[in-house]
Amino acid sequence: MTHEHRLRFKTLVMVLLMVVCANLGDLMLKRGMLQIGAVNISAPGIWHALLSTIHNGTIWLGIFFLIGFTLCYMTAVSWADYSYVMPAGAFGYALQTTLAVVVLHEAVNGQRWFGVALIVLGVLLVGQTHPNTTQKKQVAP
Amino acid sequence: MIKVILMLIFFICCSTGGEIAMTYGVKQVGQPERFRPLALLRFIGKAVRSGWVWFALPLMAASFYSLLILLSWAPLSVVIPASAFNYVVGAFGAKYLLKETVTPRRWLGVIFVFVGVLLVIVTG
Repeated sequence: MTHEHRLRFKTLVMVLLMVVCANLGDLMLKRGMLQIGAVNISAPGIWHALLSTIHNGTIWLGIFFLIGFTLCYMTAVSWADYSYVMPAGAFGYALQTTLAVVVLHEAVNGQRWFGVALIVLGVLLVGQTHPNTTQKKQVAP
Repeated sequence: MIKVILMLIFFICCSTGGEIAMTYGVKQVGQPERFRPLALLRFIGKAVRSGWVWFALPLMAASFYSLLILLSWAPLSVVIPASAFNYVVGAFGAKYLLKETVTPRRWLGVIFVFVGVLLVIVTG
């Protein structure tokens, strides 16, 4: 396996982990916020929402997954470009929209699906470029 | 709708600022010696001693709380794709702050993401 293949492989593994953790995390957060209700933008409203989120188990489960996402993200950007890792993780948007329909029963029309498809297409374009443009040499894993 | 867009702008500023500071911090630390759990833990231990990582954390906390507020106001299938505006702001940050080379193909990808997000927001 050449150095570039190895770099692509380990970046792909990290990006996949990022997508799984981010999607499950966001799904749990949405579920938690549905339990809490719409936040009122006023000092008491924000304070009440803050206390409610602290006492909500579903929100904490979401935070657990998002910590996993952050650790994968920190590791990935240590060897790959930020402008590569960040959009490559956007594959999750298609998965997230599917989860919103299947799990949360949200209505998603054709135009929104087309928007999500454009996001995924943009991600594909970014993914075909070299992962690192700021370093010439890497330490072999 | 206006309050959703304003909160989205606040969220994007905090999350992109946080991500760029985090990237700058971990790049100063260097990459893990090996792709193994222990080496990854050692790397994370070094990363949390970086000032840039600590600068990034409050921004990421603010972006997290604004995301919760957005999720309480709008559907998941709108909020999460709309947050992809990060990629557009992030591409400029990567080029001008992190000095990364953003190729024409990457710019094209970012434009697709941008148009896709606009379509998602319009339907929200």
